[in-house]
Amino acid sequence: MSMRSVIAAAALASLADMAAAGGPGLGVPLAADESPFYAIYAMPDGRGLPPGSGTAADGAEIYAAKCAQCHGETGIEGPIMPPVGPNDVWEKPAGKYWPYATTIFAYIRRAMPLDAPKSLSNNEAYALTAFILSRNGVIAEGDTITAETLPDVAMPNRDNFTDVWATQGAKPW
Amino acid sequence: MMADPSVSAPKLEFAAGGGLLSRRMLLRGAAAGSGAALAALAMPRPAQAEPALPEWVTVAGERARGYGMPAEQEADVQRAIIEPFGDLARAFSLSGTPHHKLRGTITPNGLHFEVHHGGRPNLDPDGHRLMIHGMVERPIKFDLNALERYPMVTATHFLECSGNSFFNAVMPEPMQSGCDMLHGLLSNSEWTGVPVRVLLEEAGVRPEGRWVLAVGNDAPSLARSIPVEKLMDDAFVALYQNGERIRPEQGYPMRLLLPGFEGNMNVKWLTSLWVTDAPAYTKHESGEYTEILANGSSVKFTFAMGVKSVITHPSATMTMSGPGFYEISGIAWSGAGSVRKVEISADGGESWAEAALQEPVLPRALTRFRLPWRWEGAPTLLMSRAEDATGAVQPTRSSWKARYDPSNFLHYNAIQPWQITPEGSVQNVYA
Ligand code: HEC
Repeated sequence: MSMRSVIAAAALASLADMAAAGGPGLGVPLAADESPFYAIYAMPDGRGLPPGSGTAADGAEIYAAKCAQCHGETGIEGPIMPPVGPNDVWEKPAGKYWPYATTIFAYIRRAMPLDAPKSLSNNEAYALTAFILSRNGVIAEGDTITAETLPDVAMPNRDNFTDVWATQGAKPW
Repeated sequence: MMADPSVSAPKLEFAAGGGLLSRRMLLRGAAAGSGAALAALAMPRPAQAEPALPEWVTVAGERARGYGMPAEQEADVQRAIIEPFGDLARAFSLSGTPHHKLRGTITPNGLHFEVHHGGRPNLDPDGHRLMIHGMVERPIKFDLNALERYPMVTATHFLECSGNSFFNAVMPEPMQSGCDMLHGLLSNSEWTGVPVRVLLEEAGVRPEGRWVLAVGNDAPSLARSIPVEKLMDDAFVALYQNGERIRPEQGYPMRLLLPGFEGNMNVKWLTSLWVTDAPAYTKHESGEYTEILANGSSVKFTFAMGVKSVITHPSATMTMSGPGFYEISGIAWSGAGSVRKVEISADGGESWAEAALQEPVLPRALTRFRLPWRWEGAPTLLMSRAEDATGAVQPTRSSWKARYDPSNFLHYNAIQPWQITPEGSVQNVYA
């Protein structure tokens, strides 16, 4: 085979690879320690929850210092989407309406407080989760929330949803 | 346009009550002809003396500039910004496209609507990566330069916030504002980018991988769970909007584009696709973007936007410039496919006439519709009603309201009536 036909054959082979993958295959391997914690989400069954724990009492202090100005002194006043319900501001208070308690932890840890997201430690986020759940009467005041106990919290509204994607796919509701 | 006034105006062909004319007149250009005839009658007679020359024809024009801007006189064509919590939470805001000041189907990039849950990040594109990981054979990452080398697709699609038109959904009395406030959380662009399927296939989704968590590289790390089926179908990682790199407001340097799905899922500043076996129940899909129904239960994972239309010309806050010929013009769209038909009523729904649809009518994209009309100066209730390729038709406001809890303001797609008073003022009504 001439040099030229070797090159041509190689080019054809890589074009064939490309066609198989549908692209040039330029993705670089991603090491496990390269992705930040917020690239995933705690799942309802607890997968993805980091180790840590907190109580409502710890949470109450952090809440008063870092959350109350936007969400209300006791969690029902707002003005912004109060997490405790029922309240007069928001029909979907996180601690009553959301189907899984894991979401409360994961969301606070990545997104709150609004002006300093990701500034809380895992323990602080667990404590705030415990505070919100206990204020909603979903857990007892003295309960400790950990990566192990959080997935077991039975949220009161969980079975009150129809899954539209599962029942009718992309057809608009 | 000049017309010979000696040519008699063509006979008007009425299509429905309230002065609606046949769309066939538009197709023939007859309505335009009759408009021109009317205009010609109003033309001033040639003046005797030489008219004064405007200054700009007597001096050299401005130098070229690298990036063009709208005319200074158009400076009031802006997005309507709503900061619901004011200074307390400035990072949470909505900006609506001023559809009543636009006439085509493509939204200019600087006027594309925005909904910010944590503000617009000052993102360094050199430090930005798109990661694909989780239930895949090969966890991989891409920088912008790598994605630039992939085969791309170009497609025109609307994006609509599921909260679009929320004032009409929940305000007890109709709010008197323009289409920017009332229906502005909707825009339409030509997007260009890399099909997600190609990237997922490169990573090799494992059989148990059924959902993908898409995460943004912004302050709240906004996240939504998306079914693999959608990503393998028509989703793409958009790098360009109307030919230029995506604007910071729209997710620079890359965003997810899920044609027809509610805006919030089209994650901006896309940095991670994490393949899982189930939805993660992120904040947005747990509460804010679910809908409470009339019976107190809720619906979740309501992804596609329903069929909808709005007359933009005339529309609320406008004033008619006297009785006579007008072109009714508006936009229609559906997250389920193409718009099949738009009907217009100028007598409060007694009679309807079919509007002309501007070609090409593209699936999951804004379609411009038009109908010639002679307004007699009487009180008029104007409405448009769209039907999509699946046969779905826009509901009335009262039938939409009957399905939901009174607090629900999401996925509102009811018919928009505009009331025109004898004085020519155009008002938002619920009728
Ligand atoms: C500066 C105002 C501000 C502060 C301070 C703040 N938040 Fe928020 N919070 C917001 C805004 C705005 C949203 C809505 C964000 C969205 O919809 O994406 C929100 C949403 C939430 C939600 C979800 C509400 C819902 O029903 O969807 C929870 C839970 C929450 N915040 C918890 C906290 C906690 C805990 C703290 C304290 C560590 C905190 N927030 C501090 C502004 C604030």
